[in-house]
Amino acid sequence: MQDVVLALLVKEPSHGYHLRGRLAAALGPLGEALNAGQVYVTLTRLEKAGLVVQERVDVPVRGPRRKVYAPTAAGQERVAAWLAEDAGPRTDVAEFHLKLVAAAESGLADPLALVDARRRELMRSLAEAQHAALAHDVDSEAGLLLEGIALRLQADLRWLEACGRTWSARAPRGKGEEKA
Amino acid sequence: MTRDGQRVRGRSRPGGADGGPGTGPAGREPGAAAGPALRTVGLSRVYGEDESMVWAVDGVDLDVPAGQTLAVTGPSGCGKSTLLHLLGGLDRPTDGEAWLGGLRIDHLGERALARLRRRAVGFVFQDHHLMHELTAAENVELPALLAGAAPRTARVRAAALLDRVGLTGRARHLPSELSGGQRQRVAIARALVNEPLVVLADEPTGNLDSAATLDILRLFAELRAGGQTLVVVTHDERVAATADRVVSMRDGTLAGDTRLDGGGSTGLGSLLGWEG
Repeated sequence: MQDVVLALLVKEPSHGYHLRGRLAAALGPLGEALNAGQVYVTLTRLEKAGLVVQERVDVPVRGPRRKVYAPTAAGQERVAAWLAEDAGPRTDVAEFHLKLVAAAESGLADPLALVDARRRELMRSLAEAQHAALAHDVDSEAGLLLEGIALRLQADLRWLEACGRTWSARAPRGKGEEKA
Repeated sequence: MTRDGQRVRGRSRPGGADGGPGTGPAGREPGAAAGPALRTVGLSRVYGEDESMVWAVDGVDLDVPAGQTLAVTGPSGCGKSTLLHLLGGLDRPTDGEAWLGGLRIDHLGERALARLRRRAVGFVFQDHHLMHELTAAENVELPALLAGAAPRTARVRAAALLDRVGLTGRARHLPSELSGGQRQRVAIARALVNEPLVVLADEPTGNLDSAATLDILRLFAELRAGGQTLVVVTHDERVAATADRVVSMRDGTLAGDTRLDGGGSTGLGSLLGWEG
């Protein structure tokens, strides 16, 4: 959550209300679980940690005053590090999805590169699971577990395929620059 | 969007000077002194004409070193089956080169190509393509006989191969008397009977359940251990994961190339979240 909020602020300084709207859009129905206070609490924590600063206060003609936050240099660094780090085999779908959104918004990483890296990582895990499965009887307990693991990884890989399609369709240009 | 892009690129290609074939394919194996078992340079296959032109395979550069197991994945319609057919001489490219065991095959005559396919290529298809009226053993013998082997030799080879795929007791059965997995194992034995340079398999597990799929994959693992060059087209990531290398195709082009052989092991424990 902190990382995603930071990444959105890298794109442009913003206030809590806008951030919440952006997160809700990215999360769709899952965003309904996001309560209003969470974004503000996150912003306060980020401010305490020195990762964001209050840039100004917008006073609209109507409605409440809005504190506009911007990332500090440390905040920028943290987002870059988060985008660069491996997601790990057990990262859930929503978390990786938000990372792709954050990468695209902040412009600090190419979502397609993240998808490719993750595909490689999951493919290697699947290779291990499958090699182990080949050494076990399907009907054994171990074989059953390995099948479950392989099916999970397969599902993740299929979703990544969809991610690849969607984000490459959104890519400004850059096609044909895919790195091996 | 991509399709239009391809067509535009396609039109400008004939006689075009961009990136000549002399530059050599990407992904070339530096250690492979014997040269690749399969090689393509700018390989393209176009279907249809004018407005309805489709670049099924669009400028593919690929080297498959001898002994490598390669999986080709991608969504349906990405051109992976067409690529396999071009590699095995079942289809001819519109443009580019196809090499098999150091021999350029894209401009061979029909008869030379047929002879080469029999001798050097073993095909495995999704729906096994066995002859319904022949027994398992006869199905395996047939390509050997067609390639000029003596009946006795063919029989001995077929028996040995059926044994290798675990079907000794089923040699006299008709395909209709075998399960899907068994039929596919017969098809693999048949593909091997002429000791081909390469085995090309198109969705070999497409109609099989998990257990039968694992049987086929175990067989492929044995072939791999024996140094057999193998190309498997599959949409099943679990099948692809058992290969040495996975290339993915999108819109007729290679979109990714991942090596799975050796190194970079994360340990299965990390999948359980027990890595601490």
